[in-house]
Parts: sequence; C-alpha cells; structure tokens
Amino acid sequence: MKKLQQLGLGIFLIGLALFCSLMFLGSYNLSNNQFQKIIESKRIKSEIFTGKIKSKIVDKEFSSSFEISEIIINSLKESNKIHKTNREWNKVIYDKPHSFSYEILKVAGTGIIKENKVLFWLLTFGLGIFGSLLFIIPNIITLGPPGIKNNGIYFNSATNRGFLGWFVFIFLVVFYVLLYFYPDYIVNWTYIVDPISENLSGNPASQWFLYGFLYCTVMTVMAIRMYIKYRNNKYQILRTTSVWFFQIVFAFLIPEILVRFEKPWYDFKNAFPLDYDFFFSWNLNSLIDSGGFGLFILVWGIVLTLIIVPVMVYFFGKRWYCSWVCGCGGLAETLGDPFRHLSNKSIGAWKLERWLVHGVLVFSLLMTGFTLYSYFSGSQSVLGIKTQSIQNIYGFLIGSIFAGVIGTGFYPIFGNRVWCRFGCPLAAYLGLVQRFKSRFRITTNGGQCISCGNCSTYCEMGIDVRAYAQKGQDIVRSSCVGCGVCSAVCPRGVLKLENGPLENRTYAPEFPLGNSL
Amino acid sequence: MNAPPIIIIGNGIAGITTARHIRKKSNKPILIISKESKYFFSRTALMYVYMGHLKWEHTQPYESHFWKKNKLNLLQETVTNIDSENKKITLSNESILSYDSLVLATGSIPNKFGWPGENHKGVQGLYSKQDLENLESLSASIQEAVIVGGGLIGIELAEMLHSRGKKVTFLVREKSFWNNVLPKQESKIINQHILSHGIDLRLDTNLEEIIADENGRVKLVRTDKGDLISCQFVGLTAGVKPNVEFIKQTNIATNRGILVNKYLETNQPGVYAIGDCAEQKEPQPGRRSIEAVWYTGRMMGETLAQTLTGTKTEYNPGNWFNSAKFFDIEYQTYGLVSAHPEDNEKHFHWKHSVKDHAITIAYNKETYEFLGINTFGIRMRHEIFDQILSDKRTVFQVAEHLKDCNFDPEFFNSYEEEIITKFNLEFKTKIKLKRKSWSRIFNSKLMKS
Ligand SMILES: Cc1cc2nc3c(=O)[nH]c(=O)nc-3n(C[C@H](O)[C@H](O)[C@H](O)COP(=O)(O)OP(=O)(O)OC[C@H]3O[C@@H](n4cnc5c(N)ncnc54)[C@H](O)[C@@H]3O)c2cc1C
Ligand code: SF4
Repeated sequence: MKKLQQLGLGIFLIGLALFCSLMFLGSYNLSNNQFQKIIESKRIKSEIFTGKIKSKIVDKEFSSSFEISEIIINSLKESNKIHKTNREWNKVIYDKPHSFSYEILKVAGTGIIKENKVLFWLLTFGLGIFGSLLFIIPNIITLGPPGIKNNGIYFNSATNRGFLGWFVFIFLVVFYVLLYFYPDYIVNWTYIVDPISENLSGNPASQWFLYGFLYCTVMTVMAIRMYIKYRNNKYQILRTTSVWFFQIVFAFLIPEILVRFEKPWYDFKNAFPLDYDFFFSWNLNSLIDSGGFGLFILVWGIVLTLIIVPVMVYFFGKRWYCSWVCGCGGLAETLGDPFRHLSNKSIGAWKLERWLVHGVLVFSLLMTGFTLYSYFSGSQSVLGIKTQSIQNIYGFLIGSIFAGVIGTGFYPIFGNRVWCRFGCPLAAYLGLVQRFKSRFRITTNGGQCISCGNCSTYCEMGIDVRAYAQKGQDIVRSSCVGCGVCSAVCPRGVLKLENGPLENRTYAPEFPLGNSL
Repeated sequence: MNAPPIIIIGNGIAGITTARHIRKKSNKPILIISKESKYFFSRTALMYVYMGHLKWEHTQPYESHFWKKNKLNLLQETVTNIDSENKKITLSNESILSYDSLVLATGSIPNKFGWPGENHKGVQGLYSKQDLENLESLSASIQEAVIVGGGLIGIELAEMLHSRGKKVTFLVREKSFWNNVLPKQESKIINQHILSHGIDLRLDTNLEEIIADENGRVKLVRTDKGDLISCQFVGLTAGVKPNVEFIKQTNIATNRGILVNKYLETNQPGVYAIGDCAEQKEPQPGRRSIEAVWYTGRMMGETLAQTLTGTKTEYNPGNWFNSAKFFDIEYQTYGLVSAHPEDNEKHFHWKHSVKDHAITIAYNKETYEFLGINTFGIRMRHEIFDQILSDKRTVFQVAEHLKDCNFDPEFFNSYEEEIITKFNLEFKTKIKLKRKSWSRIFNSKLMKS
C-alpha cells in the first residue's frame, strides 16, 4: 500500500512538473491576418503601436512567451506615452498590459501544445489526477478503521510549516501572481483546457476558465480525501458533498452554459459583497442589456444579499453559506483541510481579525456606494475621489492580493481560512447576523471537557473553542463557519453544533456542570 | 512587608482552578509553586502530543500572559517540607516562604509494585511532562513495546505507541479489559476493538519480570504465563497513587492520600488538599474516597476557592459522570452503572448488530428508578442526565425521552428506535419515543411535562 502511495505521489509530481514546464514550451507566430482581427475587435487606433507590432512581431517566430510579451508591452507603453504627451486620448490603449498581451498570445500560439491539446491535458491534469488518487485512495486501508485521523500532523513537514509547507506556499503564491497579474505567461496552460471550454461555452479557454477548471479538479480530488478521512462523520460527508456540488454546478457549469446561450456569465450563489463588482457599471449595463434574464439576475443578486442570506443565517448560522455553499469555503474545506490547525488562536489575532474583516466590509460598502452614485449621477468621482481608482484599489488589494494570493497561497503558513477570517466582507456581514440574531450555536457539555485543546487546535477560524468549553459556556462567535471539526475531534463528546431557541444562547454558568455549589 | 500569599503547591487542574476562582472574587496575593512545568497544561492531552495531533503549547489552556494579567505568580520549584505551625514551607533550594493559607494539589504518581527490573532503562509510566519527554527521546529506538496494566492510561499509551508504528503487547491482569468498571458485555466490545487495531491484547496475564540487555536497557518481558516478549520499552500503567511522599514527614495527616474533611481541610489549620492527592475522610454515598479524575480536581478547586474567599463551602460533587475514549470508541457515563450489579440494581443493555454502538442503563428493579447510563459511540447531553438523576426519574421516563438526551452531531445515524424496540420487548411496555423538544432540553426540567 505504501509503495502504491509513493508511486501515486511520483506520478502526481511528474504531472505537476510537466504542467509547470508547459510555460516554457511551444512557440508563437502572429500572422498579419490575426493581428488585423485584434485591431478591429479591440478598436485600436494607435498607428504607432500597430506599426511597432507589425515590424517586430508579425510573421516572426518566437519560442518564449516572456520574450514576445516583453515586446508587446514595451510597444504598448511607448505608444501610450507618445499619445499621452500629444493628448491623443482616443489612441491610448487602456487595457492592462499583460491582459492585452495575453489576448495576442492566445491567438498567436503555435506548435506542439496547441496541436496536441488532449495529449498535454492527459500528461498534466490526467497524470496529476491519477497520481493523487493513487496517493489518496489507499488511505482507506492505511489510515485504519474509521475515526479521527490526525496522527503525525505535527511531524509532517508539509503540515507543520516545514520545508515542504514553505515550498507549497511559494508555489501557490507564484501561481496566483501569474494568474492575476501575468496571464500572458501562462497562456499555454489555457490551451490544454480549450477543448473543454469550447464544449461548454463555445469559446476558447481564458485564464479564468483554466482557474475554474483547476479549482473544480482540485476540489474533487480533495473531496475524495475528505470522504476517506471523515468517513466516520456524516456531517462532514454531507457538507463536503454540498460545497463540491455548488462549486461544480453553480460556479462552473451553469455560468459557462449561460455564456453558450449568450447570457451574462453569472454564479447564482456568489452573493454581494463577496461578489464585489456586482454593482459595477459594466456589470449593471451588461445585465440590463441582456433583457429579462439580466434583470432577473439583478433582482436575484439583491434578494440573495438582502433577504436569503440573513434569513438563512437566522435559521442555520452562517455555516449554510461558508461551509456548505461558498466556493472560497469549498476550497478551504477540501484543499485546505490538511492545514486547518495552522490558524492563529491568540487573542491578538482575534483583535486583528475584527478590525480587518469589518474594515473590508466597510470598504466594500463605501466603494459600492461611490459606484452607485457615479452610476446614477454620471459623475466620475465622488468627494473628489475617482470612483474608478477606488474600484481599482479594491480589486487589486482585496479581490486579488487578499482573496487569492494571501487567501489561498498562505494555506500552509496561516491555515486555510485566512481570507474568510480576516478579509471576506460577506463573512463579516453573515457574522454580524450570526452573532446577534441567529438560532445557531455550539452547545457545550462543559462538565465533560478535559481542556485537551483538540477543538481549538483544529478550529480553522482560530476560535479558542476550549476557552468556552471548559467554562461550560455555549459558543456564539461571529466568525464560526460551522465546519463541525471541533465537535468531530473532541474526544469527550463536549461539543454539538445546533440550531435552537434564541434565549440565553450566550449564557455562561458560573461553574461548568457537575458541581453542586 | 507584604502580607504572605495563599500558596498553592501544584499547577494542575485542581490548583489552577482554585487560583482562578479566588482571583474572580478577591485580590489576595497568590503564589503557585510547581516543579513540573512553568505553565498549567492539560495532563489529559499528553497522548495527543506524542501522536502528533498537538504541539506542547496547545496543551496549555491559557495564553502565557494570562497569569501575569491576573497576578497569579508562578514559581517553578519543588517544595520539600511544610511547617504548618509557623505557616512556612521549604523549597529544594533551601529558601523558606511564609503562607497565609496553603493548598496542597500535588496530584498523583504512577504505581510501581516492586516488579523485578522495573527501574531498567526503557521502563516508565506515563504521568508527567518529563515522562512524555523520556518516551519521545526513546521513541526512535522502540520497535516493540509492552504495556502493563489495563486502565485508561494503559489503553492511551497503547494507542500512542501504535500510532507511531510500534508493535504493542498489552498485558491486562483482569479477565477482560477494565471489567472492574465496565459491565461484561461492554468490556467485551472494548477487548474486540483493541484487537481490531492490531494490539496484542493478553488478558488475565501478569508481569513477572523485566529483563535488560548488557546496557541496562529493557529487552524482554516475562509473563506469569511463562511467555517471553521481546521489547525495547515497557509502559507501567497499573494505576496511580496520591503524590504525598514529602507530606508524610510533616504533621499533616495522611493515609493513602492527604486526609480531608468535607470542607477539604486537612488536620492542620489553614492547610487544604484537593485533586488527586486528597482522600476524603467521609466520601459521599456511592463515591470513592480518592477520585483521581480531572473533573473532581476541578470541582474541588471551585469549592475551595469559595472557602478561601470567605464563604466556607462543603465539597459536594453532585451526580457522578465521566468519559473516555478507547481508540475510536467514545465512552460516556452519567450516574452509577456497576460492573457487577448487586442488590436491586439491574441493567438494560443494547448493542448495535455490527457497529460498536452500545448503551447500558442501570435501574432499580423494585422502583425502576434510573441509576445511571453508559454509552459507547453515542454522545449524551450532560445537563439532561444530571437533571434526571437529581429528580430520581424512572427508567421509563428516560427511555421515552431518549431523543432529548442525544448529543451526537447533526445527521448522525440515530439508534433510539432500535433501542426503544428492544426496551419495550424486555420491559413488556409500549413506550413511544417523544420528539425532541427544545423547551424540555432548555429547561432541563425534563419529564415534568
Ligand atoms: C495520561 C493521562 C491521561 C488522563 N486522562 C484523563 C481523562 O481523560 N479524564 C480524566 O478525568 N482524568 C484523566 N487523567 C487524570 C487527570 O489528569 C488527573 O486526575 C488530574 O490531572 C489531577 O490533577 P491535580 O491538579 O490533582 O494534579 P496534577 O495535575 O498531577 O498536578 C500536580 C502538580 O504538582 C506538582 N508537584 C507535586 N508535588 C510537588 C512539590 N513537592 N513541589 C512542587 N510541585 C509539586 C506536580 O509536579 C504536578 O505538576 C489522566 C491522567 C493521565 C496521566
Ligand atoms: S476537544 Fe473537547 S475535551 Fe478537548 S478541550 Fe475541546 S471541548 Fe474540551
């Protein structure tokens, strides 16, 4: 069995290595024809730029995406500079340079990868999936009978911030930086999922399609791991199935199929303010332009945030969203599960959490306020601040750096819920409802607590569960996502997540049960 | 000069609970002296550190700044003598400290029964932080281990070593695991479970001799069955006894433990004893004079803190409860279920046909009063059983309200229907399960409805 697992790990690593090396394979050759199409579709008016590209790139063969990207970006910057000095605003290209370069590279690619998409999919995704399953499935036997499977977590360098942990950290951070800021460098990755994308939406894959597909793949494989690890615990099994389902169907399949029917791409479960650009003018315009269906989405989005979300939190706690439905939560609960114990439990971290997460909520609401004001009044700025720049700052700092690079990249260092705990404005909103008006709580059998600390250690949100349990106080915390792992790992049956009457839900006895004082 | 502090010897659950609850009510100076570790840690969590579930710092229930903030002074030293007439104690570094009141919370030490070879290298108990550190330092050189003594610490040690890939032989003196506490059928479930984890469980077997190699390191164990078992480690877990050696030389009265009355007072004024080291002169009916468990340590601490802050209070631990985990099987108990029922006590027993879920309900066969319950693989709500016991409800009322009692996580399979079917057959009753009622649970006034 161990041999089989090692083999699986080996195959997985080969798949991963091939995936990474794809970045350096293939070649690019932009034909004049292709370039003309880009000029038309992007309505490029800068003859300086087109001239440069024509002389430096068109009909030339490049073997590296970095090289061709550099030329495109330099040409773009130089021509923009000239147009700006000449105040020829309509000739300036406002696209993000690397996104622009991505669009050129996407059509310009030639060679081995583009010609063998399926083969390369099998060599990367295929080997990766096969290898990781070979690594995971024998756990049914190697982990022994059903029960709590935390043996050796703090001895493993991957799960104890050791060498492997740091390695995974660097890998993930680099991946997110490339994905968000340098899509042109990873254009080769998008080719191998083109066939899937074309089957679903009819379009070739963008880097976001690639990310969505990868996300679903990782969640599926790691959900299988969850099923094996927690096979003694029905709550975990159902919850994993639920987040997995919502990711695959709502975040991935439905939006792509909508595009096929020429409707706007929309994830019906992604509630504002997590979906921070829902009220951005481009989105509102696109919804309004797509007629009845667009209006339906608009109304649904508002109803989801204002009614469905708080009402459900009232009945079930914020867990219904954060650990049963949400995509970020979904990744955290599957890929992130091996790192859950790395969250910081100190009171200091709790303080920081409250400042940050509510700060982001306020920021997102202010930004949306500005956005709507601009939308309806037509003015570009509010109180002298440009709406566009606020949106850009939010998108960069919160949408990309916090949610992506830090949120997932830091799994192996700060645990799997960094974003959900410190950054997610929706979580902050749900948390306020949960704290002040919800039937949800974790009831404690405080008398039976032996203060062992398993519950606190394995709380991904960094809640010091034991501090409550050993006092016999029921737990009502705005951050609790109701993953149920504290209850699972408690060796004395002290904790139960449940929905009950509102009265006294934060009651703290003077002494835990047992003593007849 | 400052007023002498309340000195607490021992920073375990008993000592620390006393200190915390004194601080809630009073500003008196408090000094906590304990040799083992600077900060309070959960002894019950030692196993999880060895198994890699936790790191040492996770066993500490309070952050390090807690002590300073609450002006609970910690001193990592050994107390060697007590002069209760002059209200002074001596430390191992010869310094002498005065106290206002003295709380003895010195805990237990593992039993040793003078087995030949019990002091060889690689032979140890599991009680203290140092025991854990010793075990860790030996761990790499252990392939096979023998554990002697079938109690709760023994089975934990078996699980620990097994989790690190050691081959474990488990010698148990009794004919079935923990059968002095568990009724026969339950004890059998645990035997099976231990075996199913690949532990070589040898019941009805005693240790005769521990044999060392030329370096003094254990290499063999000989049992009273004449078997020789090769091993590099022997865990002695045949129970614990109160840690009172240095107190025997003082004029504080001891028997097995430090003798206390119901106010937790020793025979010396201003000196109290709590936790594992205390022995009740007049234990409450049905209770033992020494109860070396976490919960009683905590409750004695809570009680004594009242006395030390001016409200003289009797120790009254209320209805008995306890819990443990045998590898993957969780066990809870509320009230008293005897291993060998006598007099009027009778048992109702249910076990799942294949899985390790079981319950035993003890009741009075004359009055049908509910006496207690053991559950395996099923969690129960403490508050409800506490209420049932205090109200002296009948076994029928318990059966009817099983759904209120259940504390398993949501969506878990429930076995109440199966249980009640068997119950009705045995008792020739037609009890129907009541639906779970929040108001009953909430008021814990269970069966008044
Ligand atoms: C491995 C293990 C698992 C356990 N699991 C459970 C469980 O699951 N449930 C349960 O109910 N109970 C359990 N117990 C029992 C429980 O841990 C004890 O009952 C409890 O810790 C006793 O607390 P205490 O405060 O009385 O003493 P202790 O925790 O023993 O604290 C006494 C302290 O005093 C110090 N001390 C003693 N003498 C001196 C001196 N002269 N000078 C200075 N310091 C001194 C000792 O070094 C020690 O640190 C377990 C015990 C062990 C060893
Ligand atoms: S895991 Fe259970 S017993 Fe351990 S500290 Fe938490 S609530 Fe208490």
